Amino acid sequence: MIEIKDLHKSYHMGNNSLHVLKGINFDVKEGELVSIMGSSGSGKSTLLNILGMLDEADEGQYILDNVPIKNLNEKIAAKYRNDFLGFIFQSFNLINYKSALDNVSMPLYYKGVKRKERTEKAMHYLEKVGLAQWSHHLPSELSGGQKQRVAIARALASDPKVLLADEPTGALDTKTSYEVMELIQGINDEGKTILVVTHEDDIAHMTKRIVNLKDGLIIDDSMVNQVRASAHV
Amino acid sequence: MFDIERWQEIFETLSKNKLRTFLTGLSVASGIFILVILLGFSEGIANGVKSQFEQDATNRVSVWTGVTTKGYKGLNPGRYIQLKNSSFDAIKYQYNDYLEYSTKDYSIWGGTVNYKNETGNYRVRGTLPDNQFIENADIGSGRFISQSDIQLSKKVAVIGNKMKKDLFKNEDPINKNIQVFGMNFKVVGVYFDPGGDREESQVYIPVTTAQKVFNGGENIRNMAFTVKMADDFDEAVAMSNAVALGIEQKIKEIHTVAPDDVSAVRVRNTLEQAEKIYSLVATIKAVFWFVGIGTIIAGIVGVGNIMLIIVKERTKEIGIRKALGALPTSIIGMILQEAVFVTMFSGLFGLILGLGLLELVGPHIESDFIKYPQVDFNIAITTVFLLVLAGALAGFIPAYRAAMIKPIDALRDE
Repeated sequence: MIEIKDLHKSYHMGNNSLHVLKGINFDVKEGELVSIMGSSGSGKSTLLNILGMLDEADEGQYILDNVPIKNLNEKIAAKYRNDFLGFIFQSFNLINYKSALDNVSMPLYYKGVKRKERTEKAMHYLEKVGLAQWSHHLPSELSGGQKQRVAIARALASDPKVLLADEPTGALDTKTSYEVMELIQGINDEGKTILVVTHEDDIAHMTKRIVNLKDGLIIDDSMVNQVRASAHV
Repeated sequence: MFDIERWQEIFETLSKNKLRTFLTGLSVASGIFILVILLGFSEGIANGVKSQFEQDATNRVSVWTGVTTKGYKGLNPGRYIQLKNSSFDAIKYQYNDYLEYSTKDYSIWGGTVNYKNETGNYRVRGTLPDNQFIENADIGSGRFISQSDIQLSKKVAVIGNKMKKDLFKNEDPINKNIQVFGMNFKVVGVYFDPGGDREESQVYIPVTTAQKVFNGGENIRNMAFTVKMADDFDEAVAMSNAVALGIEQKIKEIHTVAPDDVSAVRVRNTLEQAEKIYSLVATIKAVFWFVGIGTIIAGIVGVGNIMLIIVKERTKEIGIRKALGALPTSIIGMILQEAVFVTMFSGLFGLILGLGLLELVGPHIESDFIKYPQVDFNIAITTVFLLVLAGALAGFIPAYRAAMIKPIDALRDE
């Protein structure tokens, strides 16, 4: 599903150049649930941004579902993001004046899906995350865990190939974190490929594979025995 | 532009951000409203000043006489110059090609006029048929003095509307007899004059009749002409000046008056004054336009400012939308369409409000100097579109910049 070969990325600030990714090689197969770990400054967010086409690599290859991702202009990047990727952010990033339902149907709007079908699909995914009865509430009327579940429903709405989660539990307490992870595991069980960036060990161990980053290089990449989140809830 | 889904999205955004929508709309609507009112009143002032002036024809040349102040050809100063029918005929003969209308006047300043039990004191003017056009009198009912009235010295009268109201109340005055100094005159017409009540407190009778009944003989008090208008205003002014000068010289020659005696024969040329009035009106209009354009510029800057703030405030939302697959063009389109819709809607609202106010208040303004305040609808609608265009342009720059921000940077914006 994802193939990365010798990926480099530097940031330039004035005369200083910061080499963040120093040659990453890394493959993800379909249906995997991978966590990317590392201390801050290890380059894990940069890697995720490149995977999410929110940022571009300086060097190296990135192939997503057999499509080489390179020389992106804004238009193509937008189309790929819409078709291939679903984002889950630490700070949820819901549009605050739109109801949960409208937030979830947003990617479908940009896909060009008609309103009626959009609402039906969005409702379906809200049911899936257990928030059907909250569909007409604004984000400000929802708890943190509920907001993240709306965000997950939104990420799923356009039926992407890969879900990218950047610290999805970073702003949540332990109990809610486990609930969210339980939901993510459930989605993965249905066959969706998911990448989670986290710095929490317990969260990482709820995935099937942990990739450890340090100073822009992968220092460890190993399969783990998945801990089911439901055991903690 | 006609994508229904896009419109639904926009209406949703607008209705969920009521304060923002309201403030944008308010600044546009008030700008247009003020402009419409300003332009309306400048038009009103122009109309008022013009109508003050229109009590008489604008291209009028009138001749008055007085007492000589200088001796000339052996004649002593202090001589009263009496105009005669022959002086009028001589002028008319000489300048026939240049004159449009001409009239001579033999009038009594205070004449007691009564009808049944109603009595009033009015100016009684013996005049010629052409006087109707020289005085800019509109006939309300009946007719003005005719040529046959003159020839037969008929005892007919045309009364002003003010006089009709005073003497006849609601009665129809046509074919009724009024008494002027006890003599019966038959009313044949009622006239209106843009000059108002003062100009409508007169009674016109044939000049020949006036000369007979008031013992005028061949005497006339004054004469008035209108000069044929050339298409070009400056040319018309030059020509009427030349004719006025010619008439003055001719009268002085007939009556043996020193060429430099300014008080014995006075010729007044209203076109020259008209030129001054029109340039005054033009200045007033220019000032109002200046203020109006200033208002519009302030409005444009206001709209631009609001657009800038809106886009700034929505940076994060734009980032989210881009992460979800929004194209840069759709982001720009969304912001612009929203801006254009709000400015257009509120601009038209301000326009209708302004026009409505002028329509309501305009007719109730009781001032001789402000009349029929109104706005050229085309000008108003053009300014609305100008404002919309400017608002869109002001919105485009920040919208374009926002659409070009990398989503990752926009998402980091807290």
